[in-house]
Amino acid sequence: MVGVANVSRIEQQSTVHGTEELVINMGPQHPSTHGVLRVILKLDGETVNDLDCDIGYLHRGTEKIGENITYTMFIPYTDRLDYIAAPSNNLAWVTAVEKFFDWEIPMRAQYIRSMVGELSRIASHLLWLATHALDIGAMTVFLWCFREREMVLDLFETAFGGRLTVNAFRLGGLHEDVPDKFLQLTQEFIDIFPSRIDDYETLLTNNRIWLQRTRDVGIISAEDAMDLGLTGPIIRGSGVSWDLRRAKPYAAYPYLDFVVPVGENGDIYDRYLVRIEELRQSTRIIQQCLEQLPGGPVTCKTPRTIKPPEGEIYHSIENPKGEFGFYIVSDGTTTPYRVRIRPPSFINLGGLKKLCVGQLVADVVAIIGSIDIVLGECDR
Amino acid sequence: MDMALEIAVAAIKIFIVLNVVQLVVAYTIYVERKVIAHAQMRLGPMRVGWHGLLQPIADGLKLFLKEDIIPDKADRIVFVLAPVMVLVPAFVVYAVLPFSATFYITQINIGLFFILAISSLGVFGIVMAGWASNSKYSLLGALRSAAQMLSYEIFLGFSVIGPLMLAGSMNLQEIVHAQSDVWFVFYQPIAFIVFFIAAMAETNRAPFDLPEAETELVAGFHTEYSGMKFAFFFLAEYANMFVVSTVGIVLFFGGWEGPDFIPLPGFVWYVLKLSVFMFVFIWLRATLPRYRYDQLMRVGWKFMFPLVMLNIFLTGFLKYLFL
Repeated sequence: MVGVANVSRIEQQSTVHGTEELVINMGPQHPSTHGVLRVILKLDGETVNDLDCDIGYLHRGTEKIGENITYTMFIPYTDRLDYIAAPSNNLAWVTAVEKFFDWEIPMRAQYIRSMVGELSRIASHLLWLATHALDIGAMTVFLWCFREREMVLDLFETAFGGRLTVNAFRLGGLHEDVPDKFLQLTQEFIDIFPSRIDDYETLLTNNRIWLQRTRDVGIISAEDAMDLGLTGPIIRGSGVSWDLRRAKPYAAYPYLDFVVPVGENGDIYDRYLVRIEELRQSTRIIQQCLEQLPGGPVTCKTPRTIKPPEGEIYHSIENPKGEFGFYIVSDGTTTPYRVRIRPPSFINLGGLKKLCVGQLVADVVAIIGSIDIVLGECDR
Repeated sequence: MDMALEIAVAAIKIFIVLNVVQLVVAYTIYVERKVIAHAQMRLGPMRVGWHGLLQPIADGLKLFLKEDIIPDKADRIVFVLAPVMVLVPAFVVYAVLPFSATFYITQINIGLFFILAISSLGVFGIVMAGWASNSKYSLLGALRSAAQMLSYEIFLGFSVIGPLMLAGSMNLQEIVHAQSDVWFVFYQPIAFIVFFIAAMAETNRAPFDLPEAETELVAGFHTEYSGMKFAFFFLAEYANMFVVSTVGIVLFFGGWEGPDFIPLPGFVWYVLKLSVFMFVFIWLRATLPRYRYDQLMRVGWKFMFPLVMLNIFLTGFLKYLFL
């Protein structure tokens, strides 16, 4: 009876001096929501009790656009999905469409696709590291990363003319062969890049403050990550060795030797280590591509109008941010009947609530950074 | 007549110090931008004047001319008062700072105590700013700031006790004279470490800049401030950096006195030491990530507090044994 009386007294008190959750609106204009993500946080002091994501501020109806234009015309639109790593999106689209046909893509094109895909992975991971470190307060890493990202963008410019939206590949191969200067500059870049990764690591990897901010924060178990359908460095950080370059090889990946790094605890620090190791592995892959690069044509014989047979396909590749897939329904005409995009950012963002509840406000920023989202692809 | 002369001299001194401090603060911001820029492999301000040397003046002018916005739902009186409450204590403290053996505004026998007492008033302004803005970001920033500054004031206060026990005086001039043989930093390394960390936290500098953690709280307690009111917070932050640096120099590095074999005027020694301190502040900001709120508190209460207590005990014990 005493217990009951106490409880009712507490209830009475809490109605008199009622405490409320503090609802904070983070975004869409907020320095660290990485674009136009809006997060509505319910806070108890500094602890996050609940959160809600509001997305769609960058919705451009890309899927619908895809239904109204030809397969070739859609390639530049894919640039605008994950605009941090545009060539990867091109690669996903062209390999998806090519699945309708039995074209033999020349090996030179395959190797260049892999190489450019890895360069875009480096570009994407560098932007992630830059902004993630800045969110946690390490300013210098930000500009160091941009220095190297600039070099990668210069490489894209040399090869394809564009820097951010490169429109790199064509159905059946490449538009034209890359200039020799591109190969030479790529070699120069990967010669210096490993030492630059060491530079970033000296600032962060063993930094006590960085460890305190990232270790045991935003933990997700392998099981939960799989249930939520998370892909990319997040699930690898939780210890699941799932990489489509290994699981369902495309382009030149079957011939390339690389390690799929995995973490143990699934916290922010593990995701950080996984991505840093991926930077090194990408460098290795590019080196191998340069060494093994065969001669010959860069495009196969393709019909003037691309008319895939009636049917549907799903094809996905390992984008820097996770599994990036296209589901295409063809009705046998020159335009797709339906284009559906599986964006890794959108699905990975679904894990945000699971990662954030119970953590502090400062961690939310770190966790969003460690998921590595890009809203162009999330909102489509 | 003497009285009037004294007042006139004091007024001139105050005028000089205030203006010099403001100018130096403006140029410290310039130096900070330059140092951080070069750490990050960029140039920093380059456009206004030779190597951007007139940038601070252009910035000041811009802040003067900016529209002064007071949010609709803000508590107007408190909102306007808050920046003043932050800035005034930051400058009042300069009254007792010794810049050289002869150049200081005044000398009081509880100088150090006066500095601690006055500089702790600044936190009121920050809490007022956070509350009066009527913004959630400001409020969270102010709450963090209040907790942080109050906690670290305690460690700051305790860390100066060691040197005080050695010097046997609270008069800043006498503390400097007591170090004419050996700087106290060699006798009091623990106290210095705690003092330095607490000083960084006290001035809201990286890695303890969470009250204004721009990636989480936009700009913390001064989110809603613009124009000159914002400039006041900015000035106060840098003025406070000078204060804690000066206190650090006086307590641990022999103030304006340098080694005898290098004959330099006292004021030059002071400026040199101050520059080193400021450079370290800026350097750390360019290098380190930011602590989280609860970690900051843990570092303070679980690590620094026992350490500084141990230091006081050791100092007393050793002094009893050997002196």
